[in-house]
Amino acid sequence: MLIRKPSPLTGSDIPSSEITPKEKWLNRRSFLAGAVATSATALVAGEIGNLIAPPTKVHAAGKLQTVKSPLTTTGEELTSFQDITHYNNFYEFGVNKSDPAQNAGALPTRPWAIKISGLVKTPKTFDIDDLLKLRPLEDRTYRFRCVEAWSMVIPWVGYSFSELIKQVEPLSSAKYVEFTSYFNAKIEKWWPESTIQWPYKEGLRMDEAMNPLTLLTLGLYDDVLPNQDGAPVRIIVPWKYGFKSAKSIVGIKFVDKQPATTWNDMAANEYGFYSNVNPNVDHPRWSQKTERVIGKPFYAQRRNTLLFNGYGDFVASMYNGMDLRKYY
Amino acid sequence: MSKIALILLKTLTWICCLIPLAILVQGSITNNLGPDPTAQIEFATGHTALNLLVISLAITPLRQLWSRLSWLIKFRRLFGLFAIFYASIHLLAYVGLYAYFDPHTILDDIAKRRFITVGVAAWLLLVPLAITSTTGWIRRLGGKRWNQLHKLVYIAVCLGLLHYWWQVKSGVLTPLWITLIMAALFLARPILTWWKKQKGRTAQAA
Repeated sequence: MLIRKPSPLTGSDIPSSEITPKEKWLNRRSFLAGAVATSATALVAGEIGNLIAPPTKVHAAGKLQTVKSPLTTTGEELTSFQDITHYNNFYEFGVNKSDPAQNAGALPTRPWAIKISGLVKTPKTFDIDDLLKLRPLEDRTYRFRCVEAWSMVIPWVGYSFSELIKQVEPLSSAKYVEFTSYFNAKIEKWWPESTIQWPYKEGLRMDEAMNPLTLLTLGLYDDVLPNQDGAPVRIIVPWKYGFKSAKSIVGIKFVDKQPATTWNDMAANEYGFYSNVNPNVDHPRWSQKTERVIGKPFYAQRRNTLLFNGYGDFVASMYNGMDLRKYY
Repeated sequence: MSKIALILLKTLTWICCLIPLAILVQGSITNNLGPDPTAQIEFATGHTALNLLVISLAITPLRQLWSRLSWLIKFRRLFGLFAIFYASIHLLAYVGLYAYFDPHTILDDIAKRRFITVGVAAWLLLVPLAITSTTGWIRRLGGKRWNQLHKLVYIAVCLGLLHYWWQVKSGVLTPLWITLIMAALFLARPILTWWKKQKGRTAQAA
C-alpha cells in the first residue's frame, strides 16, 4: 500500500543552492601514482591509468522526494553511486564503460517529451515534468544483471510502468510495447564506435509491461536520473538482462506483433527477445551461472545468478509452459 | 649505440614493460582496479600482451626503413618475452577468476566458445617461441630454421586478434585500431623488401 505524499517535489522544483553536494556519495579513492607512471603506462597498456585516479563525473540536476516501496528488494548491499554512474553501457556515448560518464553531459534532458502512440484509445505526449508528478515517486531497490555477467544493486526512483499505461488505455489488440530511445547523431557523436542501427529499440510483451515490477524510472539514489544512466526517463525490467531496459526514452508504441529490438537484430543467437535472467541458459560466449558483483575486490566478485534474477515469485507465472531454452 | 646507452635503454624498457603489472598488483592490494576488477585484470593483461606483440613486430620494418635504427633488434626478444608473460597472466586469470580452476569448465569453454579456443591456441603457439628465444637455442637450431619457426608469431598474432574480435560484443569496433596497425606491419615487410629492391636497381642503373 502506497501513501500519497502531498505534492511530491521534483527535480525542477528545487533551487540549485539546495542540492546536496555529490561528493557525499562518491567513493573517495586514493590519487597515489604519479603522472610519470601514468604516461609511461599509456604507451604499453592504454587505459589503466584512469584507474589510479578514477574520474568522478555525474550529470544530474537535483534531489527527488520519494516514498518507500513495498516492491523494493531488501537484504542486498547497494552498489556505490560512483560505480553506478561510472560503469555504464550507453553506446551512443562510446563503447567503453567509462565513456558515458565522460560524454553523456551532452544529452539535452530538458525539455523532454515521451510520445505514446499505436494501439491505444487516447494517444498522448507526456512532458517529463508531468511524468515526475503523475504518481508518488517510489524508492525501489532492484538487482541489476547485465548480459555480460556483471551485476549491481541499484536504488531506483520511479513508479510502476502500468500506471502510465493506464493513462492511455491500450486497445485489446495491443500485444507488445515498443520503446524508442533518444538519438541525435550530432549530439551522440560517439555512435559510430559500433555498427548498431540507431535509435536503440527495445520491447516487452504486454503482460511484462503491465507487471508491477516493471519500473518507469526517473531517478536513482533519490536523485534525478544521471545522464549516463539514461536520463531523464528509462524503463527498468529487473528480471531481464540489462539491455532490455531501454534508456532515455522518447517513444512508446503499442503494437500487435513482436517488435524488432536492437541487440536481437545485431545477434539473435546471443540476445533473445525475452532475455530473462537465467543461469541455466548460457550466452554462446560465456556461462550465465555466475555473475561478477561490481565494486567488490576481484577475489570476492563472484556470486551465483538467480533464475529471473531472483524475482521469480513475481514473474515466473507469465512464462508457464514456455520452454525458456527456446525463448531465451 | 654505446654500451651505457644500451644498458640504460634496456633498464627503461624493463621498467615500462613492468608498469602494467605493477599497477595491477598495486590496484589488487588496495582494491583500486575500477568497478569490475576481474574484467579489468583480464582486459589489461590481454591488451598489454597484444600491444607488446605489435611493438616486437614493428622492429623489423623500422630497421628496414632506417638503417640507423638497426640496434632495435637487441630489444625484440625482450618485448616478445614480455608479451608471452602478460599472455600467461591473462590465461591464468581466466583459469582462476573465470573458470575457478575447474578443469571441466576449462575444457568445456575451449570446446564450446570459439574466442577461448583461438585464445588458447595463440598462447600455445607463443610457448615454443619463448623456449627457443635463447642464444643457445638459436645456435642449436641454426638461423634459418630458427627464423622459420619464429614465423609462427604471425599466426599467433592473427589468432590473438581474432580472440579479441570474437570476445567483444557483435558490432563493437574497439579492436579495429590494433588490427589496422597489425595489418600495416604485416604489409610493411613485403612492401619494404620490394622498395629496397627497386632502390637497388635504380642505383645499379645509375
